[in-house]
Amino acid sequence: MTTTDSSTTARIPRGKRRLGDVVFANGARGSGVLILAILAGVAAFLIGQSYDSLSANTANFFTTSEWAANVREEPAFGVAALAFGTILAAAIALLVATPVAIGIALFIVYYAPRRLAAVLGYVVDLLAAIPSVVYGLWGIGWLVGQLGPFYLLLERYLGWIPLFAGPVSTTGRTMLTVGLVLAVMILPIITAMTRDVFQQVPQAHREAALALGATRWEMIRMAVLPFGRPGIIGGAMLGLGRALGETMAVAMILSPSLVVSWALLQSGNQTIAAHIALQYPEATGYGVSALIAAGLVLFAITLVVNMVARFVVARRKEFS
Amino acid sequence: MSKRIDVSGLHVYYGDFLAVEDVSMTIEPRSVTAFIGSSGCGKSTFLRTLNRMHEVTPGARVQGKVMLDDQDIYAPEVDPVAVRREIGMVFQRPNPFPTMSIYDNVIAGARLNNQRMPKARADELVERSLRGANLWDEVKDRLNRPGAGLSGGQQQRLCIARAIAVEPAVLLMDEPCSALDPISTLAIEDLISQLKENYTIVIVTHNMQQAARVSDVTAFFNLAGTGKPGKLIEMGETNKIFTKPDKKETENYITGRFG
Repeated sequence: MTTTDSSTTARIPRGKRRLGDVVFANGARGSGVLILAILAGVAAFLIGQSYDSLSANTANFFTTSEWAANVREEPAFGVAALAFGTILAAAIALLVATPVAIGIALFIVYYAPRRLAAVLGYVVDLLAAIPSVVYGLWGIGWLVGQLGPFYLLLERYLGWIPLFAGPVSTTGRTMLTVGLVLAVMILPIITAMTRDVFQQVPQAHREAALALGATRWEMIRMAVLPFGRPGIIGGAMLGLGRALGETMAVAMILSPSLVVSWALLQSGNQTIAAHIALQYPEATGYGVSALIAAGLVLFAITLVVNMVARFVVARRKEFS
Repeated sequence: MSKRIDVSGLHVYYGDFLAVEDVSMTIEPRSVTAFIGSSGCGKSTFLRTLNRMHEVTPGARVQGKVMLDDQDIYAPEVDPVAVRREIGMVFQRPNPFPTMSIYDNVIAGARLNNQRMPKARADELVERSLRGANLWDEVKDRLNRPGAGLSGGQQQRLCIARAIAVEPAVLLMDEPCSALDPISTLAIEDLISQLKENYTIVIVTHNMQQAARVSDVTAFFNLAGTGKPGKLIEMGETNKIFTKPDKKETENYITGRFG
């Protein structure tokens, strides 16, 4: 190889690190690290602060339902009822909201006349922005009163299912009411997410189905729903996250008791978030630390739920 | 099972806009008819009216008559869904369902008519359709793999297999090779020649050599002028259209002296 005199031949200048690129790259990297640091920080805080009460706890934290933590010695408390109530309320909300949300999204994207679709989409986005305390007020001020006769019917005809066993709460402030309010609350989020993915279904796939002689519903089943599946799951998880953590609406509606009960029409049960909010002002002794332990459980539940959802979505990745 | 298409006085509109004007033609069964013409001259639009796919576009409508043998496919009592089961379509870009396996892609249309098809019959139909599309040997060991994992040419043949699995009378192809390389194109052209034994085939193409190679009859479309609707200029035996067309316009287009 011959060397050339650099003074006579023009050379391509060495790549120089441009300021804008450097700033942007580091800014982006910093944000990425920050979110991990925050997550780790929250986890460390929850574990650190709950250690006191958990090590002093005389009862089994995971199987006990009672909450005798506001003492200076020998606290006895557990999250069994709270965790159960949290998951139950969120599950009801999700089961009710997801099918309805898919229906609304399909209607907006594939059935509604264009102008109505635009209005509906706008309304859905607005609903998603309403603070939960407003939903709580609506639930306690109106919905609770309306559901009474419906609950009596449920008990009369479906009372043999443990879920709907009587006696029906006279106040209507039950787990089912909470679940329904939460469902209304998460409905817009799930709808907005699913609507977005339905709108992204390529025209080529829809036409492929139609050209095979699919009706509109068959086209939706063949091309739209499978394509939108990850988005539906993503939306549902977003909604589930909100339902799991919802505090205000639950605290306002439910008349709580720390029991593990499947009877949705009776008063009872409680969720972690509402329990923390209601107990925190009065917590003494080991109380605060115990509530933070409950918070840690909520944190773990949300993480697990999201991991499961990711797994479900990723399992069929090559088919999407 | 191959059927004749008879179009008379067909106008195609998008809203108030007249896209294709006054087309009349007869498409013979067991033959390949090619539509040629410059971009935007309405040949794809017209093709899509033959199985009522253009209705999918909001505001699209037609005036005139399209007969499939002795049935008017635009008669008020006719269900467009039924028309499309009788007249299959293959699109410009291969569009297998990405969420389905090769097997499920092939059977997708047939399942619409027959939800509870016994496994043995389904297997048999999948094999027959894939063989019909010259794809069987390439995919028989990976029928459960995603259809989107195939090469572009294989995907297009998969789409053809999917279309013929419904056992239509007519197969419409909208520039089926324009997204493919020359070798895949050749494979599709061979396939078209085989398929015409059983189907009425209509193919839109931008490639005049392709029209000359595969078709028995060629129809030339052109715009009546800038901003004017597309029209059928001339239709005749491919040989004649490419050697001594009746119209000057056709000759200009064929010889590349197109203005």
